Amino acid sequence: MVVSNNAAPSTESMARRQFAQPSRVRTALLGNRFQTGLLRLFLIYVLLLAAAFLFLLPFYWMLNTALKVPNQVFALPPVWFPKPVMWSNFLTAFTIQYETDPPVYNYALNTVIVSFNGVISTLFSSALVAYAFARLEFPGKNVVFLGILSTLMIPFAVVMVPQFIIWKELGWLDTLWPLMVPHWFGSAWNIFLLRQFFMTIPREYDEAAYLDGASRWLIFVRIILPLSKPALAAVAVFAFVFFWNDFLGPLIILSTPENFTLTLFLANFSVAYRGTPWHLYMAAALIIILPCLILFFFSQNAFLKGITVTDLKG
Amino acid sequence: MSTTGITDQNSFWHSRRFRDALVAYMFILPWVIGFVVFTGGPIVASFVLSFFRWKMIAPPRFYGLTHYINMLTTDELFRTSIWVTFKFVLISVPIGQVLALGLALLLNQRIRMVGFWRSAFYLPAVVSGVAGSVIWVWMYHTELGIVNNGLLLVGIEGRNWLFDKELVLGSLIVKSLWNVGIPMVIYLAALQGMPQQLYEAADIDGAAEVSKFFAVTLPMLSPAIFFNVVMGIIAAIQTFAEPYVMTGGGPDNATLFLGLHLYQNAFHYLKMGYASAMAWIMFLLIFALTVVQFGLAGRWVYYEGGAR
Repeated sequence: MVVSNNAAPSTESMARRQFAQPSRVRTALLGNRFQTGLLRLFLIYVLLLAAAFLFLLPFYWMLNTALKVPNQVFALPPVWFPKPVMWSNFLTAFTIQYETDPPVYNYALNTVIVSFNGVISTLFSSALVAYAFARLEFPGKNVVFLGILSTLMIPFAVVMVPQFIIWKELGWLDTLWPLMVPHWFGSAWNIFLLRQFFMTIPREYDEAAYLDGASRWLIFVRIILPLSKPALAAVAVFAFVFFWNDFLGPLIILSTPENFTLTLFLANFSVAYRGTPWHLYMAAALIIILPCLILFFFSQNAFLKGITVTDLKG
Repeated sequence: MSTTGITDQNSFWHSRRFRDALVAYMFILPWVIGFVVFTGGPIVASFVLSFFRWKMIAPPRFYGLTHYINMLTTDELFRTSIWVTFKFVLISVPIGQVLALGLALLLNQRIRMVGFWRSAFYLPAVVSGVAGSVIWVWMYHTELGIVNNGLLLVGIEGRNWLFDKELVLGSLIVKSLWNVGIPMVIYLAALQGMPQQLYEAADIDGAAEVSKFFAVTLPMLSPAIFFNVVMGIIAAIQTFAEPYVMTGGGPDNATLFLGLHLYQNAFHYLKMGYASAMAWIMFLLIFALTVVQFGLAGRWVYYEGGAR
């Protein structure tokens, strides 16, 4: 390349001169290397607005319905802005009980238990395994790592039936155990993600500690884990969203309403409440997705880091 | 065994390497146990089970290849489900990737409030399959839904989005496009990590915007495209919550996805052997498609700093 970095000012002025020929109006509209043209900006913002409108429309429609009084739900043409605003719908949706079914907060409690167990178990077990692949040498390392990655291809359907039989034999069907225990053994995706992150921590840190006589376990707990907070946060956030939203797992395991999680409750809502009171249905849906939305807003960076740390080339 | 220093170093059993390996095995032990009990074991079990007839009540009876033969001959619904799943993957994955890439390109422009736009496009990805499906059922509601009422505002007559067998798969595909947040963020990260020199070089050569996109951006994005397509296909083949909640597989089995057909056979009709056989077909489909993609990757995926 002819142009080197320290020649930048002169190339810039060269380029300015080059672009100075077209009229200022033309430059303002079409832009040049240094500024985005107005036409282009206009097009970008039109597209952004259109896309954001379409992506947020379902949220608007859900919130709009959740805040209506029942007769407005069935009004035609639709009421675009509910009046009066029925905030109490959320309370109703959260506390209503259908016949002998437990109230909604009971499902919420089950989901909370499963999700918290999921986050803690995933963090702990995946970090443990990831550490071995990032730092330790042992025969069979590459084969086992490839094995872990290839499990990403295995659909849940293949292991679903035999796992169901295991839970049946253990007498754990219709309990929360099958939704909690398996996650203490590491998950392929998170092992991969954490391993990628651990590899970016300078080896000098743990080598120094090792020479001072620290055990591998101590290095893992005292050095690697504290330095990996961003990656651990990302794993925690993803795990939470996954377990909070899990559906097929609870669907095959749980059968009595007392043990249902929120997703099962929501999927059965229109069956349980014949005639579907849409305003309550949408209020319940909103309550269920709210924790994930809030989590996303407060941990956007962890989300994005979690995705970008998975360097696609490694 | 001698205790002199020299032989000690040669003795594998006393070496640091051996102790390290032992420690390493302790660290990976959870995964090994988990793999054997919850993944490896069940895979073998489901393969064996696929050759048996077993409805949970009576003991399993050897059935040979009958399940696999039935899939190809008597079970028309199986072929329907394969076809539905195939159509869904073939349409939703490419459109989804184009949309994700388009949004990422928009977000990568010099714009204000990047955080807001990015959140708007990403938010649906944290909404569960069930809650998202429930919202879209209400969106698609024939009389009361916002889709038909919105169309009415511009003078277009509404349709039966979820009850018309010609439209219903398309309706589910549109819903799936709502969830392109994750591939979008992966594209965005790849775009932001792009070396600027390449664009500067292209500018000096006077390359047009379009040719810069095809000659620089797209090749540099190919690892991200490859990754997203592989993961997207794996997820799309397993689609379950959407048809389960939105259509129940109907109308007229127009949305009977493979995952749904399999679930119904296993847990409604308790045909554990047959469901296992179907699960193996699903596994082989995913495996074959992934292997083919890795095989083709060498021809179009560009890795900076050499092939991998």
